Amino acid sequence: MEAEGRVPGPPLPPPSLGSGGEAEADPDPPAGSPGAARGPLLAAAAEVLALDDEEDDLEVFSKDTSLAEVNSFSPSMPISPSSMINQYKFEDEPELRDLFITVDDPESHITAIETFITYRVVTKTSRGEFDSSEYEVRRRYQDFLWLKSKLEAAHPTLIIPPLPEKFIMKGMVERFSEEFIETRRKALHKFLNRIADHPTLTFNEDFKIFLTAQAWELSSHKKQGPSLLSRMGQTVRAVASSVRGGVKNRPETFTEMNDYMETFSQKINVLDKIAHRIYKEEREYFNEMKEYGPIHTLWSASEEDIADSLKGVASCIDKCCKATEKRMAGLSENLLPILHEYVLYSEILMGVLKRRDQIQGELDSKVDALANKKPEKDLFSEEIGKLEDKVECANNALKADWDRWKQNMQCDMRSTFTNVAENNLRYYEETHTRPFSNSTSENAIINDIFKVSTMESRELEQKHTWHVTHCFYYHPYYTFYFCISFLVRYAIVVYENLFAVFSKNNVVE
Amino acid sequence: MESAEAEPSDSRPEEDGAAPRSGLPPPEQPVATMEDCLAKKMEITVSEAEKRTGRNAMNMQETYTAYLIETRAVESQSEGQCAPVDSLWRRYSEFELLRNYLSVTYPHIVVPPLPEKRADFVWHKLSADNMDPDFVERRRIGLENFLLRVASHPVLCQDKIFYSFLTQEGGWKEMVNETGFQLKADSRLKALNATFRVKNPDKRFTELKHYSDELQSVISHLLRVRARVADRLYGVYKVHGNYGRVFSEWSAIEKEMGDGLQSAGHHMDVYAASIDDILEEEEHYADQLKEYLFYAEALRAVCRKHELMQYDLEMAAQDLTSKKQQCEELATGTVRTFSLKGMTSKLFGQETPEQREAKIKVLEEQIQEGEEQLKSKNLEGRDFVKSAWADIERFKEQKNHDLKEALISYAVMQISMCKKGIQVWTNAKECFSKM
Repeated sequence: MEAEGRVPGPPLPPPSLGSGGEAEADPDPPAGSPGAARGPLLAAAAEVLALDDEEDDLEVFSKDTSLAEVNSFSPSMPISPSSMINQYKFEDEPELRDLFITVDDPESHITAIETFITYRVVTKTSRGEFDSSEYEVRRRYQDFLWLKSKLEAAHPTLIIPPLPEKFIMKGMVERFSEEFIETRRKALHKFLNRIADHPTLTFNEDFKIFLTAQAWELSSHKKQGPSLLSRMGQTVRAVASSVRGGVKNRPETFTEMNDYMETFSQKINVLDKIAHRIYKEEREYFNEMKEYGPIHTLWSASEEDIADSLKGVASCIDKCCKATEKRMAGLSENLLPILHEYVLYSEILMGVLKRRDQIQGELDSKVDALANKKPEKDLFSEEIGKLEDKVECANNALKADWDRWKQNMQCDMRSTFTNVAENNLRYYEETHTRPFSNSTSENAIINDIFKVSTMESRELEQKHTWHVTHCFYYHPYYTFYFCISFLVRYAIVVYENLFAVFSKNNVVE
Repeated sequence: MESAEAEPSDSRPEEDGAAPRSGLPPPEQPVATMEDCLAKKMEITVSEAEKRTGRNAMNMQETYTAYLIETRAVESQSEGQCAPVDSLWRRYSEFELLRNYLSVTYPHIVVPPLPEKRADFVWHKLSADNMDPDFVERRRIGLENFLLRVASHPVLCQDKIFYSFLTQEGGWKEMVNETGFQLKADSRLKALNATFRVKNPDKRFTELKHYSDELQSVISHLLRVRARVADRLYGVYKVHGNYGRVFSEWSAIEKEMGDGLQSAGHHMDVYAASIDDILEEEEHYADQLKEYLFYAEALRAVCRKHELMQYDLEMAAQDLTSKKQQCEELATGTVRTFSLKGMTSKLFGQETPEQREAKIKVLEEQIQEGEEQLKSKNLEGRDFVKSAWADIERFKEQKNHDLKEALISYAVMQISMCKKGIQVWTNAKECFSKM
């Protein structure tokens, strides 16, 4: 199947995988596995649907280089299950990243049959297994779909990042509108980068081909691979086995995961709705405010004494308007895409959990069959042994990836929501942006703006505390302008403190 | 209230401002200074509102709201005692009656307007129901405002009817009706007619009319948009409240993020709740603007009166001129203009000299009367213009002062809203960064 020849290349420095697991990797092959195809440690555990008989040409790599040179997944025989767990516990270290991908420059192509958009995918890397250090290819959405399905097939219990949807019905966005294309481009960019950051997926061969192959190379490569029929056969078997109750012997951890995902999925969907609703309300608020300011300017035209105050209010409302626009932009650039991504993630995770259940189901059904068919015991027990390992690998892969996902999720949520808070802080601060002198006392400020004599302003301050229901209430001559010095200083102090705290905690992906 | 100070109309008979016969103040009426104003002598509050049921004019059951007016004389500091509080109940229709009386009796004064009868410029939170407690409360404040404005007006505060409105519970309505002010009210039709056909109104009044039209249109536009803006702002804040609920539900399944989420959710709830106070304060601001919206109508009323008087004057002058002409024609026997008289005389023969003499005599008397009337009308008109304009200047100052303060208070409100927002989001940010 995916049995492509791999030659161990020159040892590379450990990539963004950290050093956590390497020390524990046990290179000794397990006994009793004829034709033991041991592939690179990582990939081995991940490949569970591969057919067993094609792994002869795979070699076992030493600890260091094996990690560095995971070219593809293939054999189903892991070196040792326990070692695998440790492999997955590393932190993602962005500083050690050696693969940089950007997706940009959407272009539309018109053929006789269809119109579609391609995106430019630029890859820069220092990895040895890449022939060059820079690649530029064009890919269309279908290609991304292909990549995703290959990754899913190769690593059924790993969490593959979400792809933007084919067609967004909700917003009634036209397929080729600029906004739609831009949103999709950003999501595709994120997709590829998330794969690049994943300790296992980043070394996937199809991923490499996706990044580097020219258009015709890619289409010919696509045509290889397991036939549709054989893949369908696998799926049918899997489904059949799961139906037979793969949930029966589910380990506690995965039941917990399932429950968690159900609640999480609910909550994230609601959050997504809330965020969209807020955006909508802010947009309507903005629309009304646009009309609000000019009315004051119009009024000032028929007044003399209060014309200035009116114009002042008008300009402040306009400022408010602009700040609202920025606030909305912040939402749509930051919060909305992330929430949407995690909505998709929740679906993906439910799928991953199901697949794990399926694998377990296979094992369970074979075990049941064994109980009934005594004579073929030996054969079965071998099969069962294989399946047991398969299940264990799948479980471990999932567990590790789950932890990683949760950490990332936490990180993402923290930074996104902090960003939202910052966004809102900026909004409130911006409605008072006239820079002002160094006057600290309110009186001084009032005098400055209105050239009111000190005595008058003091008088006015004394009359400050009138009952609010009394129509003759007096106020000091506050305007929008006055608060800057006070508020900006206050806000800046607060902001600086929080920024310090925030930057310590924030782990950027 | 027995203190002599509190009854200015008794102690200063020459300043009796109550219902001058001709509908105009006597010339050179000494106007009360600010210190003599009723407002300074008497504390006036509309302190409560109560729902009542009763029978109306058509003997049907109806519910209405009654307002408690409390008055208390402001004693000088040396006495050190607090005077007792007098109170009586009045309903909105009585306020309306008072205002109608004042506007008819003092047509040269810009009479303060009443708060709106029905809730206007509502946004979704306020109901348009007259019985809604928020509306009733705001109307109570508006009525108090009205009374205070009248009491601090140098002319209006001396009116006896106004005084008894504040102090005499029973029989006030009858007293008002006895003044017969309704008869003095100019018919709307007459006024409209005058507006169209007047030839030479004082330019200042024409400008004032335009100004009041502009003021009315711009303020009503502003209030409409403000109501919509308030609605949207309400939406933005309240949807954030949903975060609170979801965060707290989500925090239940999270171990490390749980605390951060939970406390952030609490802050979202605070944020969502803060809009209620903010918008309530804004309603006060809107009410202040509304007052001046209604003042525009009062301004127009003064302009209309001027136009009416001017038209009257012009008509009287015209009448006089035509009578003089007639006289001349009869005297000289020439028919200068094409007239019915000319026609009939041609057809039926001329009148006898005796008849002519009689007619001339009558006409001369009428001309005499007419000239006197014209003189007095002229005088009235000039006085009206003078006193009206004095009040208008006073009004303009009041308006500029009040509106400026209203705008400033609006700015203060916005600032405080931003401060609250900053506080909430700072707290929320802290919670988020701890997740």
